[in-house]
Amino acid sequence: MSSVLVNAPRSARRGDVIEIKTLILHPMESGFRAGANGTLIPRDIIERFTCAYNGVEVFRLALSPAIAANPFIAFSTVATETGTLVLRWTGDNGFAVEETLSIAVE
Amino acid sequence: MKGAMTSPPDRPPPTRRIFLVRATQAAGVLAMGASGVAMSPAAPASATPDSLQAAIRTVVGSAPLRDGKVTLDLPPLAENGNSVPLTVSVDSPMTPTDHVRAIHVFNEKNPQPHVMSAVLGPRAGRAQISVRIKLNDSQKVVAIAETSAGDFWTASADIVVTLAACVEEPS
Repeated sequence: MSSVLVNAPRSARRGDVIEIKTLILHPMESGFRAGANGTLIPRDIIERFTCAYNGVEVFRLALSPAIAANPFIAFSTVATETGTLVLRWTGDNGFAVEETLSIAVE
Repeated sequence: MKGAMTSPPDRPPPTRRIFLVRATQAAGVLAMGASGVAMSPAAPASATPDSLQAAIRTVVGSAPLRDGKVTLDLPPLAENGNSVPLTVSVDSPMTPTDHVRAIHVFNEKNPQPHVMSAVLGPRAGRAQISVRIKLNDSQKVVAIAETSAGDFWTASADIVVTLAACVEEPS
């Protein structure tokens, strides 16, 4: 159901700082809003985002209900070696999405 | 998106209100913007400057907070509090011996004071992170960076929000 947009360079020189921009489709329902009948809409958010570079975690973000719907996250990492970046979003109601990027480093 | 426009044939045609609610649930994308529903009066009280300080203390402990090094980019005025771009960058060489370990963001008047906490290290290369946040009212936003030396640096920004997140009525 969810879809992910990622903008990251496919190749880089060793030692370059690369920026990774991500966008994921998610309502980020805060749990503080009432529905049509006055009862609160239960919380449904992404709680955690991680980025692993060849298996080593290089970035982690703890999200809260104050993050806007369809979370946009931009961060950077150093291009150290050719390999894969695994982006992972996890959250309420068993939400788990994984996206793998490959990067070539010269 | 597609599901929002159709309803099963055995149900009565949806009223406008129900339609809005379904559209909200199905099309999470636009839900927060145009057709969000009103915040309940029973919702917990908003964070206060006191709870903001308490939340900051849970992260910082008793260490001193110093102004500087941190740059908090936030527009001075947001027409829509549902999605406000925020960038935190920290002046740091990001070497194994001297880097930013974590970046935290807090707010003053949302229902909860905590916005986000990022964990990074020398492999980040640059201590910078961008997200989009929800703001319930005109308020102060505080960013705190924790360095590998155990120092805490902070920056804050005031923002005026004309349309608050969560409070617009269905139209």
